[in-house]
Amino acid sequence: MIGATELPGWAAITTALLVLVGAGLTLTGSLGLLRLQRFYERVHAPTLGATLGTGSILIASMVCFTVLQTRPVLHEILIAVFMTITTPITLMLLVRAALFRDRHEAARRESMAGASSGERPDTDRPAS
Amino acid sequence: MRRLLPFPFLSGSLLIAWLLLNQTTAPGQVLLGCGLALLGPWILTLLQPPKGRIRRPGAIARLCWRVLLDIVRSNIAVARIILRPRPRDRTPGFVNIPLDLQDPYGLAVLACIITATPGTLWVNHDPATRVLMIHVLDLIEEGDWIRTIKNRYERLLQEIFE
Repeated sequence: MIGATELPGWAAITTALLVLVGAGLTLTGSLGLLRLQRFYERVHAPTLGATLGTGSILIASMVCFTVLQTRPVLHEILIAVFMTITTPITLMLLVRAALFRDRHEAARRESMAGASSGERPDTDRPAS
Repeated sequence: MRRLLPFPFLSGSLLIAWLLLNQTTAPGQVLLGCGLALLGPWILTLLQPPKGRIRRPGAIARLCWRVLLDIVRSNIAVARIILRPRPRDRTPGFVNIPLDLQDPYGLAVLACIITATPGTLWVNHDPATRVLMIHVLDLIEEGDWIRTIKNRYERLLQEIFE
């Protein structure tokens, strides 16, 4: 392990701030998952951690190890790239599954209630 | 040349990713990376991906900058929505956006952008009607969102991919 005490002051402060911001944003995102009410709102929250949260922590890592090893350490970029490419897939899968179920249930309710338009408690329903 | 390197951009990316992962430019690793960069795209051709090309690096740089700004901005906006002690009146909802962009790679990048900015979520794209449905956490004006997506991202993506 490389001694973190060798890290100069400015780098230590930058790293600490970035890690705190990243961790804070990720925590906020997780909190949102808990606090927001409906499914479609909830899926928005974790993206905080997946974007700027991860980004800040990765930049912190790059700053810290670039200074410690006195050479550019850039392989964190790959994590960012893979995150950006893969998160949409999971999110889309979840949202489209929810959408499919919503439409399916709405159709069933309508066919059961006849012509009367079923009043949904979930106002978040897509129009089409 | 086309037979050997069917996807030059992908080959280059693979080589760079390999060297970054190993954190070295030692000749042995460069050689291994080149081997991977030749092999990967060759396997990809078996999947018969749609043809695509990338143009205008200037537009790419502008798009990256815009997306970066929007990610920071929307992170702050969504964090404020979550941390607000008492939820104020906020209407989440779906927005239908008629798109002109047709290139599958352009659409994939647009999906990444929309998902990467918290507060907007790609829901569904209908290739037949070319209508994209997104979900917005804080929907104020539907027209604003349509204009934002079309002017800020779609035009640049069309320049790059079409």
